[in-house]
Amino acid sequence: MQDLYLGKTNYKVIGQRPVRHDGADKVTGKAIYTADLHLPNMAQARMVRSPHAHAKIVRIDTSAAEKMPGVLAVITGKDFPDLKEKVALMGEAGAVNLQHLSANCLAHDKVLYKGHAVAAVAAKTIHEAAEAAKKIVVEYEPLPSVTWVLDAMKPDAPLLHENNRTDEMGQKGDKPSNVTVHMAFEQGNIAEGFQQSDIVIEREFKTASVHQGYIEPHAAVAMWNEDGRLKIWTSTQGSFVCRQQTAELLQIPVSRVLVVPCEIGGGFGGKITVYLEPVAALLSKKCGRPVKMTMQRNEVFEGTGPTPGSYVRVKLGAKKDGTLVAGEAWLAYDCGAYPGGMIGPGSMCVFSCYNIPNARVDGYDVLNNKPKTQAYRAPGSTQAAFATEQVIDELALQLKMDPIDIRLKNAAKEGTRRVDGPVYPRIGFIETLEAARNSDHWKSPLPGKDCGRGLASGFWFNIGGASSCAASVMEDGSVSLIEGSTDIGGSRTSIAMQLAESLGITAEDVRPQVGDTDSVGYTFLTGGSRVTFATGLAAYKLGLDLQAQMQDRAARLWKCKPEDVKVDGGVYSHNGDSATFKELAVKISQSALEPVVGKSSVSPEGSTNGFGTHIADVHVDPETGKVTVLRYTAVQDAGKAIHPSYVEGQMQGGAVQGIGWALNEEYFFDNKDQMRNASFLDYRMPTCLDVPMIETIIVEVPNPGHPYGVRGVGETPIVPPPATVANAVQRATGVRFTELPMSPPKVWKKLSEK
Amino acid sequence: MAKKTVVTAEINGNSTEFLCEPRQSLLEVLRDTLHLTGSKEGCNNGNCGACTVLLNGKPVLSCLVLGVEVEGAKIETVESLAQNGQLAPVQQCFLEGAALQCGICTPGFLVATKALLEKYPQPSEHDIRFHLANNLCRCTGYDKIVKAVQTVAAQ
Ligand code: FES
Ligand code: FES
Repeated sequence: MQDLYLGKTNYKVIGQRPVRHDGADKVTGKAIYTADLHLPNMAQARMVRSPHAHAKIVRIDTSAAEKMPGVLAVITGKDFPDLKEKVALMGEAGAVNLQHLSANCLAHDKVLYKGHAVAAVAAKTIHEAAEAAKKIVVEYEPLPSVTWVLDAMKPDAPLLHENNRTDEMGQKGDKPSNVTVHMAFEQGNIAEGFQQSDIVIEREFKTASVHQGYIEPHAAVAMWNEDGRLKIWTSTQGSFVCRQQTAELLQIPVSRVLVVPCEIGGGFGGKITVYLEPVAALLSKKCGRPVKMTMQRNEVFEGTGPTPGSYVRVKLGAKKDGTLVAGEAWLAYDCGAYPGGMIGPGSMCVFSCYNIPNARVDGYDVLNNKPKTQAYRAPGSTQAAFATEQVIDELALQLKMDPIDIRLKNAAKEGTRRVDGPVYPRIGFIETLEAARNSDHWKSPLPGKDCGRGLASGFWFNIGGASSCAASVMEDGSVSLIEGSTDIGGSRTSIAMQLAESLGITAEDVRPQVGDTDSVGYTFLTGGSRVTFATGLAAYKLGLDLQAQMQDRAARLWKCKPEDVKVDGGVYSHNGDSATFKELAVKISQSALEPVVGKSSVSPEGSTNGFGTHIADVHVDPETGKVTVLRYTAVQDAGKAIHPSYVEGQMQGGAVQGIGWALNEEYFFDNKDQMRNASFLDYRMPTCLDVPMIETIIVEVPNPGHPYGVRGVGETPIVPPPATVANAVQRATGVRFTELPMSPPKVWKKLSEK
Repeated sequence: MAKKTVVTAEINGNSTEFLCEPRQSLLEVLRDTLHLTGSKEGCNNGNCGACTVLLNGKPVLSCLVLGVEVEGAKIETVESLAQNGQLAPVQQCFLEGAALQCGICTPGFLVATKALLEKYPQPSEHDIRFHLANNLCRCTGYDKIVKAVQTVAAQ
């Protein structure tokens, strides 16, 4: 990574906590989310979804539905262009098989999970659409199904895709199989490493499918105009990615598609891919009206997300003093109905916190009859950390070492080579461990009987990628900023603050807005913890561009050379002339000089490497098996916290989601592989009564690849919690829990077997 | 389909007349008929709290109330909190305390907080967590929401 860090420590704007620019809209109910749109003459649409986990579609009869009152259009998978086996490169989203993406929007000849969409109806009202949807007759030929990842790997498992051949490290297998990829990384010599070890521990771990659980269900409005142009308003983490996917699926040029991102009610990785947009577009084309499609909550659970269910086996060998010598990990993650799961990052993260000289990792991506898995906050890393961090904990217990000491002894640092290859630049893992050790929480006594304290760490890459910004200096000296990154959690403000800092103006003097795909340059999605880092870098560069233009205009006002105009903290001066940014902007607007308009684009490569360490105190009720988190602290290296409140918010939110994974959340399937808990009542996400305050400690070890040292922060906080809670439960009960979630019945059962 | 009914209710201080089908929820009426889209739909099932409004001063889940049921009632939505162009203290505290991220749960939390503070002007942390447990937030981890409620209660 290129060294861009400026080494500054005195900031005017960065590190402050201004009120977010979109805040007033959001607390008054004025902010516009997709489902809030009401366009003139708009139709509403509903999906028809599969009742089977796996079945051939024999016949779809839409004739009765078409005659229902109010109905304007009905479509099925046949209305999508046939894309054969076409693969499209979707920027950093990687290679996407378009036929699969299309069939995930509306099934073509087979349904692969319960809730798979098979047809859609647009009508004048939502009730008419729903009534008509019930009249669509779909004849299925049910097939055997499979949902547990290891069952799906068996040679006699029901096959999801007859033509899937395992990619064995680049070689295609010769038999059909549900395994899409087997990947492996290795360094050193693991046989020798285990021989040199004084202690070797090997354990197996299982995790359930978990949903991103954003409160806003998916929604899209599409308007296919008579001039052949398609306009889409949607709730998406990437308006440009949405534009590309929609254009490819409908086989129209991207220049015909305009995506307008509305406010987004959460995403966490689950709002990257398209579900509704192409369907609403086709309905709109057919009926000549704008069409709104929203999902209901059960559709969100059954037809979108989740994160992979997993099986992970980790074996670690160490010297008596706790030095890790050898490691072996074997991971199988499900990818759901279509290839392209999270096994890659999972395999890369499983040992990413530690220096293990001799290590091997094998990863398998496996098809099964669940919705296609999607990214969910540090995709794949939480499952892996649940395993590794517990084996480390067990090593510490057996070697009678402090859990922080054993981690410090082996912690990855600058120069450590990860098993999958990369060598770390400056990172802040050790600093998080030290901050945890110095925390009030770690130093406090345990709360009481049946209680335990656990600690675990986690890593996420935090990616870069393409980002663009544009800005103009207004006549009153404020700056309007247009950015391509959709804003999920307040990033408008963190981007505006970086522009303000580089211009020497206040955050309030920048007015940020998220542009549509025609108004700003290509920007990759809001994900990978990349926005504050990469779009922030674009904003910083934009600041330099605007400043140079301001110097040029000042020079012309003051009749000197631009390079002779000094800029210091937003004040421009030359000899006796001096003006603040604002004053200068007003002068420029009153003169005949050209207005100041700027733009920037960046595409930083590599990752910013985020590390975190969490501490939990739990109480385990021996009578019921209920685990209560009593106290929780999250420590994380943010590189530099641009807006500390929102960095804390990311850490707190990620921690509580992780506590949800740890204690309650799971897709519960019956013996027909039907999800039985597709509601917020039965899929138990934490409420505020289930969690304590989440204490946060922000560590700031600057990222060399960003002028202010920023690292991404959004994803790392979900990685440690399940292992942290499991380690705490172990300390409370003496029993190690290797399966998620640690829900009361499971805990009770295992405790009663003790 | 049953015939539409005329319903008269006081909504955010205005006497309002609307036409609705018996099957339409109050949430649907507010959002689709009256275009008061501040109340959000997260589940349409009574499980998330995003649609919370006050019905005769009591917090209800508007997705579980029928439009025809509110004849003669007084309804307050998030749109009623700010008065004369001024944010209410609870809105100000949520804003300044960074108690929102994506913001989709925020209208429900604000309305539920208003009801909570009317009943318990000096709530303990447990009171706050207990009375807001019907409102899900997936982004914030609740920490800053609880603190914002504590701040407004202390004012
Ligand atoms: S929408 Fe009413 S409670 Fe969720
Ligand atoms: S702020 Fe996103 S759900 Fe609460």
